Amino acid sequence: MNPMASPRALSEQEIHGRRGRPITDRDATDISRVEELSYELKVHEVMTSDVRVAAPDMPISEVLEILRTNRISGVPVLDNERLAGVISIEDIVRAMRDGKLSALVSEYMTRKLVTVLSYDPIFKALQAFTESRLGRLVVVDENGRLAGMITKGDITRGVLLALQRDYKEEELRRYRASHLFEDIISDRTTLVLRYNIKAQDFIHGGNASSHIKRALLRLGADPQIARRCGIAVYEAEMNLIIHTNRGGILKTEVEPHRITMSTVDDGPGIPNIEQVLQAGYSTASEQVREMGFGAGMGLVNIKRCVDKMEIESAVGKGTRLTMRIHIPEQNSSLQKD
Amino acid sequence: MNLTKIIKVADGVLLTPDIDTDIEIRGGYGADLMSDVLAFSQPECVLLTGLTNPQVVRTAQMADFRAIIFIRGKKPQAETLSLALQEGIPLISSPYGMFELSARLHKAGLPSFESNGVS
Repeated sequence: MNPMASPRALSEQEIHGRRGRPITDRDATDISRVEELSYELKVHEVMTSDVRVAAPDMPISEVLEILRTNRISGVPVLDNERLAGVISIEDIVRAMRDGKLSALVSEYMTRKLVTVLSYDPIFKALQAFTESRLGRLVVVDENGRLAGMITKGDITRGVLLALQRDYKEEELRRYRASHLFEDIISDRTTLVLRYNIKAQDFIHGGNASSHIKRALLRLGADPQIARRCGIAVYEAEMNLIIHTNRGGILKTEVEPHRITMSTVDDGPGIPNIEQVLQAGYSTASEQVREMGFGAGMGLVNIKRCVDKMEIESAVGKGTRLTMRIHIPEQNSSLQKD
Repeated sequence: MNLTKIIKVADGVLLTPDIDTDIEIRGGYGADLMSDVLAFSQPECVLLTGLTNPQVVRTAQMADFRAIIFIRGKKPQAETLSLALQEGIPLISSPYGMFELSARLHKAGLPSFESNGVS
C-alpha cells in the first residue's frame, strides 16, 4: 500500500470479493501452462544438486548403507571427480543374488550413463526418462562433470512450485490493480483503456473486449458487472468490425463509481437511428450472418446490459456510441468508501 | 452436472484434451445466433451451437460459459481451437443435432439456462 493512503481496515465485502471471485478463464489455462513450463524450466532449477556419491573401490554394502540412510534408490559413481557410472538398488539386488555384498562397486555398477545437461529444458529430461525407462538421471554441466541428479518427482515438484509462483503473481497483480483507485490520490482518477479496431477483422474480433473484461476483473469489479460490460463492449466491437468503412476506436474509462465505454468511427454513419434500435433490424451481409452475428440484436443487447446508452451519428461522417454502467456502492471494490 | 458426465451423455469427443473437464456446469443453452447467446443466457453453463468460428469462443468467454458443444459432429476451425486453448474453454463435438442433444442433456438432469434478460 502507498504510505500516502490513509490506513483503514478492509471491509468484509472487499475481502470476500477478492476470495470469491471466479478465475475461470485463467484457471483452466494452467494445464497448457504446464507444457510451457516444460520448456521454460531448466534442469538445474529442479534437480537435486546436493548429491551423495559412491567410489568404484567402495564395497557394495557401504553403498547400501548410503541408500538406506538417505532414502534414495541410486547414486552416481565418481572416480577421481570423473563420472564412472551409476549404482542403483537394481545393481545391488544383482550383487545380493550373487551373494557378493562385499564386492566392489566397480564390479556391479551400470557404466552406460544416461545424462542430461543442467541447462537443458526439463522436457529433455522427460524425453530421456521415457526413452531410457530409468527412474533417475545424472545431470552434468557443460564440461561433463557431475552437477546433480534428477528424478520425475523433482520435475513434478518443480512444476508445481512454478505454477504456485504464477498463481501468486496473478493474485498480486489483481491485488495491486484493485488498490489502484485507493493508492492514487486525486480529485478524480480515471483509467482509460483504448483499442484500435480494424474493419472486417473477424479473426481478432472480441480480443479488445476480452482484454477489457479481464482488466475489470483484475481491478476488482464484481463478476456480474464485468460480464455486463464484456457483453456490451463485445457487441460494440463487432459493430465496428462489421459495419464501419475503416474500423474505429474502442475506449473504456474506468472510475471508482462508473465504467464508461465508447466506440467512435468515421463512417458510413447511420441514416435512421430509430430503425437500428429496433430488435431484428439488420443491414449485415450474409457472410456476417453465417458467423452468428447480424441478427439485429446488437444495440438492443447493449441497451439491456448498460445503465445508459447514447448513439450519435451523421451519414458520411461517422458514429459515436457511448455506454455507461454505474457501480453500486455495495457492489464493488472499485469503489472507495 | 459435471462436464465429464455431459460429454458422456452427448456421446461427445473432447477436442481440447489438455483442458480439465472436471468442472461443474449449472445449465445448458443452445443457439446459433451469438447475439441471442449474449442476450438470453446465464453464466456458468454449456453452449450448444452449430457455429464453429472463433467468435463462438469469444462469445462464450464474454457470457461466462464454461464449455462449448458443437452439434452434428461439427469440427471447429483451427483459429477457434487455438483461441479456446488460450482461454481455457473446453470444446466438445457431439454427433447429435440441436434438438436431440438438448433433449438428452435435459433428460439427464441438466436445466435449461435460457432467461429473459441479462442476469
